[in-house]
Amino acid sequence: MIKVNITEKDSATILEIYGEVDLYSSPEVRKVLLQLVNDETAVIIVNLNNVTYIDSSGVATLVEGLQEMGKYSGKLKLTNLRDAVRHVFELSSLDKVFEIHNTLEDAMRS
Amino acid sequence: MDAIEIKISSNPKYLKILRSTVYHLARVCGFSNKEGNALTVAVSEAAANIIKHAYKNEKDKPIFMSCRLLDDRLEIVLRDSGIKTDVEKIKSRELEDVKPGGLGVHIIKSTMDVVIYDNSSKDGNQLTMAKYLPGKK
Repeated sequence: MIKVNITEKDSATILEIYGEVDLYSSPEVRKVLLQLVNDETAVIIVNLNNVTYIDSSGVATLVEGLQEMGKYSGKLKLTNLRDAVRHVFELSSLDKVFEIHNTLEDAMRS
Repeated sequence: MDAIEIKISSNPKYLKILRSTVYHLARVCGFSNKEGNALTVAVSEAAANIIKHAYKNEKDKPIFMSCRLLDDRLEIVLRDSGIKTDVEKIKSRELEDVKPGGLGVHIIKSTMDVVIYDNSSKDGNQLTMAKYLPGKK
């Protein structure tokens, strides 16, 4: 099962996802992410350290969040992508669209 | 003949069973961890497309996966009995067009060496995908 935790740190909201993000679980991630977007959260950092798999529905969820946040000049950042997850972003050329950081600290500082 | 056949219901929660099978089979066939992951994503995307498009998210329809290890390639065939896909309309979206959705076909075609959509059978669709074994391309 997917698990999504939300924590606040300094001025950022950290969305930490645990598990595999696929057609089955991405609606849960979407629900949580879009709630934060509806609240016009200024900075969301999605920590993917514990995501072992992501498919196009998971990527699409993050794209939707990114685009919706753009409407109010919010920032969506990704961090701690495992190789298998990064590969999916690279395949879809979305690694260039997202702000991706190696560590949570880097994402917080940027 | 080296072959594995699996049938799952079209419930997305079973996609991980296909993924697990494909990943381990790819590794047994000599593909690297990275190649195994890529094959896994491609097959899972194809199965997800069956659920979304052929079965319109109905969860109790059959998806058949058969995998064959041939001399030069690993061949994976997915079959369904859902709505026939218009093969002419299957295409990858433009990557410059950043939008949610439409990535699955691009991922499949980027990963696999052979991708053949066939809806000529009486019922449903068949997708044949193959990846040449390391050193066999």
